[in-house]
Amino acid sequence: MRTADFITAAILLLLGVVVLFDAIRLGFGWGTDGPKSGFFPFWLALIMVVTCGLIILQTLRRPSGETFVTRQQLGPVLKVIWPATAMVLLTHFVGLYVAAALYIGFYMRWVGRHSWFSVVGIAVAVPVISFVIFELWFLVPMPKGPLENWLGY
Amino acid sequence: MGLENIFLGFEQALAHQNLLYAAIGITLGTIIGVLPGLGGANGVAILLPLTLRMPPTSAIILLTSIYWGALFGGAITSVLFNIPGEPWSVATTFDGYPLARQGKSGQALTAAFTSSFIGALFATVLITFFAPLLADVALRFGPPEIFSIQLLTFSAFVGLGGGNPLKTVVSIMIGFILATVGLDIVTGQLRMTFGVTSLMQGFDFIIAVIGLFGIGEIMLSVEEGLSFKGVISKMNLFVVLETWKILPRYWRTFMRSCLIGFWMGFKPGGATPASFMSYSFAKRFSKNPEEFGKGALEGVVAPETAAHAAGVAAMLPMITLGIPGSPTAAVMLGGLIIWGLQPGPLLFTEKPEFVWGLIASMYTGNILGVLMVLAFVPFFAAILRIPFAILTPLIVVLCAIGSYAVHNAMIDIWYMLLFGVVGYVFKKLDYPLAPLVLALVLGDMAENALRQSLIMSQGSLAIFLNRPIAGVITAVALLFFMMPIIAPWWRRLRGLPAAAPAPREI
Repeated sequence: MRTADFITAAILLLLGVVVLFDAIRLGFGWGTDGPKSGFFPFWLALIMVVTCGLIILQTLRRPSGETFVTRQQLGPVLKVIWPATAMVLLTHFVGLYVAAALYIGFYMRWVGRHSWFSVVGIAVAVPVISFVIFELWFLVPMPKGPLENWLGY
Repeated sequence: MGLENIFLGFEQALAHQNLLYAAIGITLGTIIGVLPGLGGANGVAILLPLTLRMPPTSAIILLTSIYWGALFGGAITSVLFNIPGEPWSVATTFDGYPLARQGKSGQALTAAFTSSFIGALFATVLITFFAPLLADVALRFGPPEIFSIQLLTFSAFVGLGGGNPLKTVVSIMIGFILATVGLDIVTGQLRMTFGVTSLMQGFDFIIAVIGLFGIGEIMLSVEEGLSFKGVISKMNLFVVLETWKILPRYWRTFMRSCLIGFWMGFKPGGATPASFMSYSFAKRFSKNPEEFGKGALEGVVAPETAAHAAGVAAMLPMITLGIPGSPTAAVMLGGLIIWGLQPGPLLFTEKPEFVWGLIASMYTGNILGVLMVLAFVPFFAAILRIPFAILTPLIVVLCAIGSYAVHNAMIDIWYMLLFGVVGYVFKKLDYPLAPLVLALVLGDMAENALRQSLIMSQGSLAIFLNRPIAGVITAVALLFFMMPIIAPWWRRLRGLPAAAPAPREI
């Protein structure tokens, strides 16, 4: 927990420094007609850098406690992140509905070990229902791929 | 003036189409409240794009009904499954689940829904009277007053929010900084983009809400290992009527919890502390405090009444000042802007049918809500029996659809994933998410108010202190900011024991 706390605060501190530099580039003083563009971000970033510094001091003074995430906990979390990332990547090529079908099917089979019958059923039903609701009823377009083109949408 | 406005409102709220939207909203909202990973805030955010083509009054009725439904839904999982669907339902599990284990789930649920309804009704009546008054005052506010109210909003998170105040400050700063990314409309300069074109549009808070609260929450709940072992609900008309006979006995608890809820709720970050505070007060004043935690009906009444009163009260600053009191209210505020309305006190004079329709729909929505949840508890409870290997990808897909629909941009789905990871890490390390989201929403408004104030005063910060209204508000805000430093010192001075760590609002 302590290490994670330290690293997070350090990353945020660095981000604050980056923002500070950009604010200084923009100018944080008084322009011809009021405060310059960098004025607000400059003070925000300054407060953030100082506060992150204090948090780092706090973590250093505290004894190391429980672990941030155990190996047992990390497994299921990664099993959510990687397939989800893969789905978003796939969406670029095959559209959201096909990617969603593959993702739901994969996750159900891999993590839930559901029978192929229900895997295929739900993986097809969810995108079809979403398609009807979003594209046809509410006219909200989603990214589409070759399959939708072939079907004429 | 007063009465005809509320009649105008009821005309809107009771229109068939709007009643239908309210019923749909409550159904969806209750489902959202029951499901882990889909709270009120991101449920509303995902569905926001669907309201683009609706008339604004119907749209806000749909979204607020989702919010009421989510508040009711949290009680179902707390009582039957011992899983608080929302942070403010945590206190409801203390006595709700023991009651359910004793076979009194029907009683507990009836008490929870009735209390929610009474809390909501109380807050709605107060809003009906106070909102126009507050809006009148707010009309006279200039930039310094607006900025000082913003200070007050965020100081409440630092001073009263619980948790580590330093981390709260960092969360607020991150939100404000993210809000400045992109084009500065005043000077026309690009800020914080570092030459990356996709950063030019800035960050949309709706994406942040979906990622932080939706994806982040899913990761947290799979980590804890989802296993829903629920008690089967025993609901029928007889149980409901029997419980209603007992409930008037607790009128003191109802009154106290309503007041606590409203008082905590119209300040930001109120619903969760309100529910805990109300629970501990009920225990302290009860004739038999030893029954608390083992299945006291009062222990369900107190937190539920307060949480709903607070949830409704969070709408008050949103409609009168344009400053949301909770992440869900923030998303609705974003909705107002998308529908072409300018949030703030002017709404009362320029769009009375919208504001009063919204207020009237708080009455109709909550009446409809309590009847619907009482009738359909088994249906809503059955949703949690869907295996999590189906629920998890389903929620991720819904979040992705919602994120894309905001701007029709793929980059937003990537941002959603990124915000999801950030939300997961932040939540584990006790960085609060609500102030981050509110800062992201209010960033432009705060910066403009600050700029205009400084232009008025030729760059002197004294303007926030020497105008009467702004001065008082700023002083209170500064006091709140100092609270984490003053409070321990004050306690030591009076020889009081150190405070227990306060529960953290989402």
